[in-house]
Amino acid sequence: MDRTRSLRWSNWNVLLLVPLLMLITPWFNFDQPRLFGLPFFYWYQFVFVPVGVLCVGLVYVKTKDEPAVKGKPDKLGVDDLDEGAK
Amino acid sequence: MQWTELVVFSFLFLLVTVMGFFAARWQRGDTLDHLDEWGLGGRKFGSWITWFLVGGDLYTAYTFVAVPALVFGAGATGFFALPYTVILYPIVFLPLVRMWSVSRVHGYVTPADFVKGRYGSHWLALIIAITGIVATMPYIALQLVGLEAVLRSMGLNGSGILGHAPLFVAFVILALYTYQSGLRAPALIAFVKDILIYAVILVAVIYLPSKFGGWGEIFNDAQAKFDATPSKTDGILLTANNQLQYATLALGSALALFLYPHSLTGILASRGRNVIKRNMVALPAYSLLLGLLALLGYVAISAGTKPIVNQATGRPDTNTIVPELFGANFPSWFAGIAFAAIGIGALVPAAIMSIAAANLWTRNVYKEYIRKHATPAQEAKQAKLASLVVKFGAVAFIVFIDPQFSIDLQLIGGVMILQTLPSVAIALYTRWFHIWGLVAGWFAGMGYGMYLLYNIPSADGKRPHFAGSALALDKLSLFGWHPFSGSATQIYVGAVAVVLNLLVAVVVTLIAKRTHVFNGTDQTDPSDYHVDEDSDRVKPVAAPH
Repeated sequence: MDRTRSLRWSNWNVLLLVPLLMLITPWFNFDQPRLFGLPFFYWYQFVFVPVGVLCVGLVYVKTKDEPAVKGKPDKLGVDDLDEGAK
Repeated sequence: MQWTELVVFSFLFLLVTVMGFFAARWQRGDTLDHLDEWGLGGRKFGSWITWFLVGGDLYTAYTFVAVPALVFGAGATGFFALPYTVILYPIVFLPLVRMWSVSRVHGYVTPADFVKGRYGSHWLALIIAITGIVATMPYIALQLVGLEAVLRSMGLNGSGILGHAPLFVAFVILALYTYQSGLRAPALIAFVKDILIYAVILVAVIYLPSKFGGWGEIFNDAQAKFDATPSKTDGILLTANNQLQYATLALGSALALFLYPHSLTGILASRGRNVIKRNMVALPAYSLLLGLLALLGYVAISAGTKPIVNQATGRPDTNTIVPELFGANFPSWFAGIAFAAIGIGALVPAAIMSIAAANLWTRNVYKEYIRKHATPAQEAKQAKLASLVVKFGAVAFIVFIDPQFSIDLQLIGGVMILQTLPSVAIALYTRWFHIWGLVAGWFAGMGYGMYLLYNIPSADGKRPHFAGSALALDKLSLFGWHPFSGSATQIYVGAVAVVLNLLVAVVVTLIAKRTHVFNGTDQTDPSDYHVDEDSDRVKPVAAPH
């Protein structure tokens, strides 16, 4: 029986890697410039909160409507349906 | 004794108690005598409930007192909690929906259920279940540490066994309504907890800094304090030696969090894939809060807050920093609300954790080895009893053993749960690893991780073992070989252990495949991992078997 693909990939998923950039500490381990008195180290990392939300949100919205079985929507055989019913 | 605080606290505590008992009727299913209902709330929570429940579960009372305490004591390194909870959601976004789907099709209640289905090996599942239970137990005990920090700040700071009495009373109440209502109790209480926490933190981060001359002044005070200490690792910025530790601790903690059984409980209790995805977008609201809260550690420095001495242990307890800061700078009625927020904040995760540990016990030990033909009703009964045992075990931990021991154990627990990454998280994507590879990797990672943790002394040299998770690369040894000899750079032990785990798993897998050792039977189908709530393939909730 031919199986549906185990993995579904969308290029939007690459966005999920962007927040990981905040692990590169040499990029932001500074005191200056300060914002509202907060050293750069702190407010830079706070900025990543909305960045993370934006990235995950975009992936969610852009991959929402993908059908469960890509490319072959109506080929779910009777056997598959029976399997679900057991 | 601080009466106003105590009255406000007691009132709110009473409110959530009533809610906890009432929760049994909330969104009631046909029966509570099934793990789908008692342990997973009927698997039908929508986006809002899930947001409060998972948020209330992940951002615990202990986090709320320990993170600022860490910042208060060590500075920038304590701020790892922010990157940890920001990178968390993009990392788990895709794996969690796969886990939800496959669990929904096969009726899995625990991560070990999934491992058993995926590899057909109840032994591998047992290893995963035991790891989960052992890692969760000290975490529950730590919620008590958070709750007790608040109780002692309100003046309930007795000595000896009697000093723990208020804690004991609070936990008996919690145990009773969790027994009766299951996951619905923390789900309902989480609304109160989270609203209180939001209100308190927002007021605190706006009002307190202005009281002490603004953030600029506060950070200057903190720098002055850290400059005066002999320690070289503290400061308002990271040093050359602890940057790798900061990044690996944030990454390791993020990878570990959803391997904890209690985190997964909230996910499996949700209605569908979109509920989970929406939550991955919305949950960082709590991360923002946690980051702001962490900064209160610096405010406490400016305010000259002193940790109070725990009468039961005779040592100053830095976890009382935030309660003390609130108590000294807020009017007593508002301090009472703040204390209640932290106190109730301990109850929600403690309830969910005990339910998750009880589920593991029931599904993967009791039903697997003790009573193979247990009916769903017997499973539910067993889980309820197990949840009581787990909670009183946690209380005993705090009362009879030094709380410091729980803190050490929780640290160890994080390294331990990370060792289930290949069997649980990677198995969601591929079955390439062989059972024996996974087992061997688990033993290697666990053994090596424990060995490294055992050899970490505290910075002041007072405690020789298990005093932290930051390992100097110089100390990294493999059978006497020191690959990074002389380096003072620190790294998170969990990251080292999981790398070894993966290496061993790969090598043993290659050998096992070469010699054609049987690799178990996979019950799951590739399409199971994409099934959504509207599919007719989902297993009916509370099905007889």
